[in-house]
Amino acid sequence: MSEVLHSAPKFVSNEGVLDTLVSALGDMVLSSKEEHGEIVITVKRDEIGRAIKLLRDEHEYQQLVEIAGVDFPERTERFEVVYMLLSLTKNHRVMVKLSTDENTPVPTVTTLWPVAGWLEREVFDMYGVKFAGNNDLRRNLTDYGFSGHPLRKDFPLTGYVELRYSEEEKRVVYEPVELAQDLRQFDFLSPWEGSEYVLPGDEKAEGGEA
Amino acid sequence: MSVQLEESPTTGDEVITNYTINFGPQHPAAHGVLRMVMELDGEVIERIDPHVGLLHRGTEKLIENKTYLQALPYFDRLDYCSPLAQEYSYVLAIEKLLNIEVPIRAQYLRTMFAELTRICNHMLNIGAHVMDVGAMTPNLWVFELREDCMNFFERMSGARMHHAYLRPGGVHQDVPEKLLVDIGEWVDGRLPELIGDAMSLVMDNRIFKQRNVDIAVVSREDAVAWGFSGPMIRAAGIPWDLRKSQPYDVYDRMEFEIPVGTNSDCYDRFMVRVKEVYESAKIIKQCLAEMPEGPIASTDGKVSPPKRGEMKQSMESLIHHFKLYTEGFHVPAGEVYVATESPKGEFGVYLVSDGSNKPYRCKIRPTAFSHLQAMDMMSKGHMLPDATAILGAIDVVFGECDR
Repeated sequence: MSEVLHSAPKFVSNEGVLDTLVSALGDMVLSSKEEHGEIVITVKRDEIGRAIKLLRDEHEYQQLVEIAGVDFPERTERFEVVYMLLSLTKNHRVMVKLSTDENTPVPTVTTLWPVAGWLEREVFDMYGVKFAGNNDLRRNLTDYGFSGHPLRKDFPLTGYVELRYSEEEKRVVYEPVELAQDLRQFDFLSPWEGSEYVLPGDEKAEGGEA
Repeated sequence: MSVQLEESPTTGDEVITNYTINFGPQHPAAHGVLRMVMELDGEVIERIDPHVGLLHRGTEKLIENKTYLQALPYFDRLDYCSPLAQEYSYVLAIEKLLNIEVPIRAQYLRTMFAELTRICNHMLNIGAHVMDVGAMTPNLWVFELREDCMNFFERMSGARMHHAYLRPGGVHQDVPEKLLVDIGEWVDGRLPELIGDAMSLVMDNRIFKQRNVDIAVVSREDAVAWGFSGPMIRAAGIPWDLRKSQPYDVYDRMEFEIPVGTNSDCYDRFMVRVKEVYESAKIIKQCLAEMPEGPIASTDGKVSPPKRGEMKQSMESLIHHFKLYTEGFHVPAGEVYVATESPKGEFGVYLVSDGSNKPYRCKIRPTAFSHLQAMDMMSKGHMLPDATAILGAIDVVFGECDR
């Protein structure tokens, strides 16, 4: 890796850690990388409990700090679930991740860390990833009776329903979102470098239909 | 004739069934919109089920639809009691992906104002905690200090609460010399004086101790397993402070102590925060003494905007300015998890970039989530009024918890 210029939190050097962990995890590992000073190990979905227990019990990663979901709709297994582990004794962090789709449940880690309960609930709420063995998989951030999974990339930013207090019915009512003006998504990507679309009118230059 | 004694309603074979009450969502001691479904046996708490999310505003979704710079102000609005501390994790995450150097003066400014934010935050929490358990006066006194902090922040950035002061590559603007002088005088004079007065009313107060000592004792093992951080884990006797163990910016040059608790109860959590205020004051003093002159933002024109004067003269600066505020900068593809020691604990940002000008995913790790989840474990067997003390000692703010 090139020279470190930034002043982000410095933990103990990653040197040799990746090799040690990958060889310890053995055939549970699908891939691993070290980029931007972060160690990321992708493991088989069904082995997550065993892998993370091994890291906790034999490699001193005592704390499960966070579970994050990420959505990549173009992949066949579209969701990534990322577990951030922290070692208080070695002063080191690693990320362990796996991928899944809408229907395949991920084994829960609530048996290893009680803190995983809400973290898994949040991933379920936001992405619809199911966790097998988590017996309290309720939504926790969205509204009571909410449907859909808002952080999926195909969920619109404006959502589907809005609510207001109805004077006639004397209660809060849900209605489909009505926008006075279309939501504007400005695309500032430079046409010289970034964009992949054809600007209106550009097709003429290629001899297309005028 | 014998005297007929009235029978006590609670003796005998009568069975009292458990009953369930709602604590919140509108409750002055809930520190925001928290609904806790409590199952009580008389006045003893059997089970607590906290319902969060009433302040969920979809911050993470919004961030995915904004450029890196446009997303910054959302972080102020997470934990609105310590706005700068939230921005800190975010800008450090971007800088880690970009791998850019931050000028040393900017690092000092960030560290110093982050510590001022810590004092500001603890003033609110200490005041609110003592008020939750029944004392009024100390709250009014420490709020004066909070007001002073707000005034400093206003002179720093123009905004009292939502500063948007930190930027990837540095800070937004330099501060006037007089502000640094005033902060220096305040740290030496008014701060220790007022907090000393306020704490002298509380620390050895019989009622305060009755309400806090031995309430919600959490063992070290539990504190680690439940993902505690910040004052909550330090009160359990684990000297874990990201400023010390994983230093960022100029924290590795600072000399300060990590206060730890011995008993891991609400009183210890409170005292850890009180002691932290003095340690923060120490850091601010060191920053003021060591802060060099120099630029306050990265000189890389692709990341930080040019000066106003340059824009009038140089075509290149003008283009940079235009591009930065429309397209924004592109961040190399990759993923990082950056956590800093916010006043409430470990505040982390997991940033996934796909190489474009917008974050692909920005997961915010709130401090309150794991603490609030342990509410059930901590309150079991305590009395109903203890719940407010426990909640006060967690230091929960719902803007951050619910995102």
